[in-house]
Amino acid sequence: MAKVFVFCEFQNGEPKKGALELLTAAKKSGNDVVALCLGEGAKEVASKLGGFGASKVLVNDSADLTTYNSEKYADVIATAITAENADIVLASGSMLAKDVFPRVGAALESGVASDCTELTINGADVVARKPLYAGKCSAQVNFQNSKHKIVLMRANQLPVDEADTGATASVEDINFEAKDLNTIVKEVVKGASEKLDLTEANIIVSGGRGMRDPEGYKILEPLAETLGATLGASRAIVDAEWVPHSYQVGQTGKTVAPTLYIACGISGAIQHLAGMTGSKVIVAINKDPEAPIFKKANYGIVGDVFEVIPKLNEEFQKVLN
Amino acid sequence: MKIFVCIKQVPDTETKIQISGDTPGLDSAKWIMNPYDEFAVEEALKLKAAKGGDSKVTVITLGPKKRATDALRTALAMGADEAILIDAPETTDAFATAKALAKAISDEGGADQIFTGKQSIDQNNSSVTQMLASHLGAPHALVVGKYEAGDGKVTVEREVEGGTKEVIELTGTNVVGANKGLNKPRYASLPGIMKAKKKPVKELELSALGVTDTDIKITFSDFQLPPEKPPVKMIDGEPGAQSTELVKLLREEAKVI
Repeated sequence: MAKVFVFCEFQNGEPKKGALELLTAAKKSGNDVVALCLGEGAKEVASKLGGFGASKVLVNDSADLTTYNSEKYADVIATAITAENADIVLASGSMLAKDVFPRVGAALESGVASDCTELTINGADVVARKPLYAGKCSAQVNFQNSKHKIVLMRANQLPVDEADTGATASVEDINFEAKDLNTIVKEVVKGASEKLDLTEANIIVSGGRGMRDPEGYKILEPLAETLGATLGASRAIVDAEWVPHSYQVGQTGKTVAPTLYIACGISGAIQHLAGMTGSKVIVAINKDPEAPIFKKANYGIVGDVFEVIPKLNEEFQKVLN
Repeated sequence: MKIFVCIKQVPDTETKIQISGDTPGLDSAKWIMNPYDEFAVEEALKLKAAKGGDSKVTVITLGPKKRATDALRTALAMGADEAILIDAPETTDAFATAKALAKAISDEGGADQIFTGKQSIDQNNSSVTQMLASHLGAPHALVVGKYEAGDGKVTVEREVEGGTKEVIELTGTNVVGANKGLNKPRYASLPGIMKAKKKPVKELELSALGVTDTDIKITFSDFQLPPEKPPVKMIDGEPGAQSTELVKLLREEAKVI
């Protein structure tokens, strides 16, 4: 039986949805599934992963790993993959995973398929598909000459099965050598938002020039609050410094793939579309009926964002509360 | 100070894709320097100006010789001192690219500081920065929005999840992947463009850098255009009615709420 290794990130004591998507896919492949959890709280999370298909969970819950450090993480992850001799390695493409896995791949003489949207596991073989050239085409990604096949998936691409409450996984500690580090994290300045990062968000409410000014953009906040959504932005209003660059969706910003993307006052320049056409359902609200965003949208409303958005918020509140 | 900048030439976003067989059909593409790499070049030039003395900026790329030299000329026109072209086919993957870059930089006597763009907009792998650092046994920092050089150390601010920022100190030779916002890249001036034509471009072959076919770990095949999206459903009426209808459709038809 082939072995699939799943890197599981967690937040507030719960595994992230992207990790559960990959555990589900790994379990369905019929292979042996080993998971890895790092940082304080890892043991508690590990106890929940058996239900999603892991037969074994490796943990290191040292406080030393609670804050991400690329050298430490690359070392412990490579140690774990080597110890398990995993055929396939899966991780959800969070900013952390995208940072560390290429380092792991280089160290282990293994290829890394990044930003993938489809995944097919067949025994020890894996084939993925990823968008290229701003989503204008996609290609099948194949591995060769790789000790391990490392796949980073975009979040929200795969289903999550209900947990099997009867299944449990063994939990084992994994240690690694603390080497002389050339990377020291001096300070972590928390962002204003406790919401999921744009790259992992399930719902995104995004604004552009049509929001008129920084004050106007703020009417998106209650709507995002109602939906539990993460706020996004077009390049135009990031360049105008209405919102920080971390909000930017599109080329030179973030590539997102939520279940629902609500574009408010965004015309839909190709650079913006490059970052969000992977969304499952797109809603566009714009006063210009000719705006290119409508060509990519599933649902469109031609109207004044300042009239539509408060009403829309009321409607969502009615059905969600 | 020896400063290296690794850049990539990518098709302009407006480029049309014409898939033919197992290639994405980029023959008619307009090629540009990867946008994030412009921030990397600018930061290198700023660092050179700050360090003065005999500091030198070497810009290096890997790609087909017939087109990739143009990206180097752009960087030279911005003010880089010299360039290295590693002639390699389109299909060279991130692993092989990083290995070739690491060897080429080492063969030049190594670097004090290496800059890259945080990712290329063609494949969005975000891999070469970290792989290059790993091959060199050096630390890296990706998505860097602030850079400050110290004595044998640099301090960078990088963006992580949800707009959170990390301040990191890197010791010794390191690789910094530039994010938008790190600086405002300069435009090449006309005298800069004229001067760039006379600056040296060294050409290297992959084989001379010890990179072989077994270093290619990832290949692409079966290129496909995205599936057709169904036509947009426009919702008419006054804002209240539009909102009611939209929420109903999202719940009952799209089933996403």
